[in-house]
Amino acid sequence: MLLLSQLREQPARLAVTIIAIALGVALASAVHLVNTAALAEFSQATKRLVGEADIVVRGPRDGFPESLFVALASDPRVSLASPVLEIDAAIPGRREALHIIGLDPFRAGELQPALIGDIGADLLRLFAGRGIYLSAPAAQSLGLHAGDTLQVTVGNTVETLPVQGLLSPDTYAQPLGLMDIAAAQWVFGRVGRINRVDLRLPPGGDVGGAQHELAAHLPAGILAIAPDVERDRAVTVTRAYRVNLNMLALVALWTGAFLVFSTQSLSVLRRRKSLALLRALGLTRGQLERALIGEGAALGAVGAVLGIAGGTLLAAAMLRLVAGDLGNGQLHVLGATLRAAPWSLLLFFAMGTLVAAIGAWLPARSAAREPPARALKGGDDAYAAVAKSAISAGVILLVVGAGLAWLPPIAGLPVFGYAAVGALLFGAILLVPALTVGILRAAPRTGRVVFDTAVAQLRENVGHSTLSLASIIVSFSLMVAMAIMVYSFRVSFDHWLDKVLPADLQVRAPFGSDTAFLTPEDQARIGAVAGVARAEFRRTKALLLDPARPPVTLIARDLRPSKIGEQLPLLRTLPPPLPDNPAWISEAVQDLYGLQLGGHLALTLGGSAASAVGGQTRDFVIAGIWRDYARSTGAIVIDRNTYVAASGDRDANEASIWLEAGGDTAAAETAVRRIFPRPDAFELMTSTVVHERSLQIFDRAFAITYALEAIAVLIGLTGVSFAASSTALARRAEFGMLRHLGMRRAQVVGLLADEGLLLSVFGVVYGLLLGGILSLVLVYVINRQSFNWSIDLAIPLWQLGAISVVLIAAAAVTAIWSGRAAMSEDAVRAVREDW
Amino acid sequence: MTDSAAPQPEVLRLEGLSKRYRADRPPVLDGISLELRAGEYLAIMGESGVGKSTLLNLLAGLDRADSGRVLLEGTDLGSLDDDATTLLRRRAVGFVFQAFHVLPYLSVAQNVALPLELLGVAAGERDRRTAEMLEAVGIGALAARFPREMSGGEVQRIAIARALVHKPRLVLADEPTGNLDPRSAAQTLELLRTQIKANAGAGILITHSRTAAETADRILVLDAGGLNPIAPR
Repeated sequence: MLLLSQLREQPARLAVTIIAIALGVALASAVHLVNTAALAEFSQATKRLVGEADIVVRGPRDGFPESLFVALASDPRVSLASPVLEIDAAIPGRREALHIIGLDPFRAGELQPALIGDIGADLLRLFAGRGIYLSAPAAQSLGLHAGDTLQVTVGNTVETLPVQGLLSPDTYAQPLGLMDIAAAQWVFGRVGRINRVDLRLPPGGDVGGAQHELAAHLPAGILAIAPDVERDRAVTVTRAYRVNLNMLALVALWTGAFLVFSTQSLSVLRRRKSLALLRALGLTRGQLERALIGEGAALGAVGAVLGIAGGTLLAAAMLRLVAGDLGNGQLHVLGATLRAAPWSLLLFFAMGTLVAAIGAWLPARSAAREPPARALKGGDDAYAAVAKSAISAGVILLVVGAGLAWLPPIAGLPVFGYAAVGALLFGAILLVPALTVGILRAAPRTGRVVFDTAVAQLRENVGHSTLSLASIIVSFSLMVAMAIMVYSFRVSFDHWLDKVLPADLQVRAPFGSDTAFLTPEDQARIGAVAGVARAEFRRTKALLLDPARPPVTLIARDLRPSKIGEQLPLLRTLPPPLPDNPAWISEAVQDLYGLQLGGHLALTLGGSAASAVGGQTRDFVIAGIWRDYARSTGAIVIDRNTYVAASGDRDANEASIWLEAGGDTAAAETAVRRIFPRPDAFELMTSTVVHERSLQIFDRAFAITYALEAIAVLIGLTGVSFAASSTALARRAEFGMLRHLGMRRAQVVGLLADEGLLLSVFGVVYGLLLGGILSLVLVYVINRQSFNWSIDLAIPLWQLGAISVVLIAAAAVTAIWSGRAAMSEDAVRAVREDW
Repeated sequence: MTDSAAPQPEVLRLEGLSKRYRADRPPVLDGISLELRAGEYLAIMGESGVGKSTLLNLLAGLDRADSGRVLLEGTDLGSLDDDATTLLRRRAVGFVFQAFHVLPYLSVAQNVALPLELLGVAAGERDRRTAEMLEAVGIGALAARFPREMSGGEVQRIAIARALVHKPRLVLADEPTGNLDPRSAAQTLELLRTQIKANAGAGILITHSRTAAETADRILVLDAGGLNPIAPR
């Protein structure tokens, strides 16, 4: 009954409150559904690749001699062994590598039946020459059909593979190529080498025990891994990103909750006398409290239903448009489809209803506890007492929040960081009433009747004033914090790019590929190109340090020890002189593997595929920690001479080229491309283009962040606008009286504008300060613990200034608009309303 | 009857004032004429809905007549725009309402001082006149309090003080005792009359209480669109 009466009285305001909850639920459920679909697809894909193996033996990407497979296959603890060569092949003209798996079809038929079974009767065609089977997404993305040919870059040559057939779309939803292992070894120059062996134990075999025993006898750098670890790797590596995205979506939901809080609080204040009358007529405290909480919960339930519907549609659209990665390349999946998740959707329904009920709880409690006699008399003095009692809770929360920010992550997630943000936010909001009262009481009279009246109104009705501010302070401060964090990140990223891209031209094999490289001869030819002053080459390769974690990137580069600070964005270094075999680790390696400056690190440096030299394990001393924004799973830089000495691998897959002063960049670029087997076999770009493209990718990745934050602020602003309009309407009689006393229409509107300005200036200044504090937690705690890289704090003054001015102006315009709407009724009639 | 035998300056003149809200209904006011001089205190009575408040709004410049003129201190309100009417009202008119309409967020003194602030009276002078007015209506000791801390009778005293503090030429009181108990009502009516007289202005009391009307110098009854005098008992 109460809600229906509200609905009749304030339909638009209730509609906006419902929309706010709906938006929050929609964003949260959409992000959840997309992530769930993408992870399910990942999990399914990994499961099909690993198949029914009990243990996966995995070595460096360069591989290990296949004699190890023979040894494992003949191990009495093993019933079936299947050798695998996994290759990320470079495709000319494409930025992404194609994952190709070389298998023994007969053995794999038993271990990966879902994958091989699809080839069925055509299995023998796998043996035909250098044939390859492509998954449907691979064929689609490469534009190939059965009978076409696929070109791959191997070293500095291009090999052509006939496409024997396509896997059906249901078999594997990611881009993938399947080859006979012998053909793959031959084509990719890995004869006699493999990099994975899948093992199945006899029925009832002790998997854990066998894994442990096998691991103890495997050569250095080769690991025995449980298949679950393989499956969970993608989940682990993207977890922080997904959690952060969920948190952002929850911000919108919580902003909606604050809107419910302010809507209900204002509504309770407005209906104070009516509610007291109900109490006087016999409604118990509990009945009143439950009825008011029920109002909020009903709003939340309606919003949640709408939000779930909207979120499902949004998720479907996102999966179709952005292939489920939500800005994170590691979650890029094709063909992921929404799965029915009734429990999740029920959870979001409960969440929407619950946050709305929580938002309604405080005002309900205060309304139920207020003695009816005092409420019937009117006045806002009860709120002043509440404001006073909230101070201690606010201060405690601020202290707790500040303390939580210093705690370490849990399972790689900044759990305490999020808790710190929540505690600081709520603590600061609890202090708003007391601060507003204090500031307004201290405000001196100016002698300007309109302004002084506005200050007096705000001071005595601080409850109304601060409640309407709560939602905008929450959303604005979070937006400020996010803006500072993203800007800090962008500035740091920009500086980092300057540091890592010092040369004029950059050459790179397709990202993640391990087949394209520049031979020593190619390197010499590039160095000899007319106009090239200097060329520096790097060998990058994936290195698995811990089976439970994704591989780190080993970067062997030409280093000049005296100028190491110019070559790497170093954060900390050992004092000179450099130790023997120095290694410089990225912050991610430091955090994920618990390594410290001056500590030791054993690296198995695999030999070149073409080299007869076997890999060696070398001990390195950590000489420095550097900042790396390109490889969140970690990177280790060592001197290339050391690498070559240990591995015999003189190839390179990246290069930086400095041109002679005044050199013709375009001519040099053309000359370098002529050295490649095809002009597009390697990526070759000027550093300026790489810089610009990197920043574009950065901005695209954060676009969703800006979108979510903008929505949260819009919700908050809508709350303020509705609070202003309802307050103005409730004060029509007052405005009418002021007109009787001789206040001009413009002065009455000015009174509201002054109130709006004062409140919004306070809200914006408070939001800026609070956002600034929250940004410290985001920059130094949440970002650091989530992504394992540091960023330097930078404040986007112009951006924040512009948003602040827009918000203040919007609040003032809203107040004026509300005032005009309230004044459109005849002032005389407004005064008579009470008669 | 006035308290002074000497002719006083004219404060208000109504000439053939008519007002109709709906074309299919008879006019609420039909050709009303009236003259009010300084020192005069007039009561207008009538049943609910006969147009008492409409008349009050017209002569305060808060509403426009369909025909006829309202001259306040000799100025035709129909010739003024909204701002000019407001400025004239600010200086020359004081209001007392049935529902008091004091601002709950201003103290007693601030409420009373509001008309002086709007007129731009200097702070010192404003404070002096406010204090005097509060003493005159008997709530000088309550100046720092807020209306919510006071009784209905006391709040109406604030309203009377606010209506008179700027010494307006015309005080309009619309059912000022409608929300008060009989004792407070009697005190309020006496106070209103005394202060209007002390201020040398004119006053119109709108009421449907014969007892209240008896406190005025003369009584007019508004009926069927016209004003008709009746003799005090």
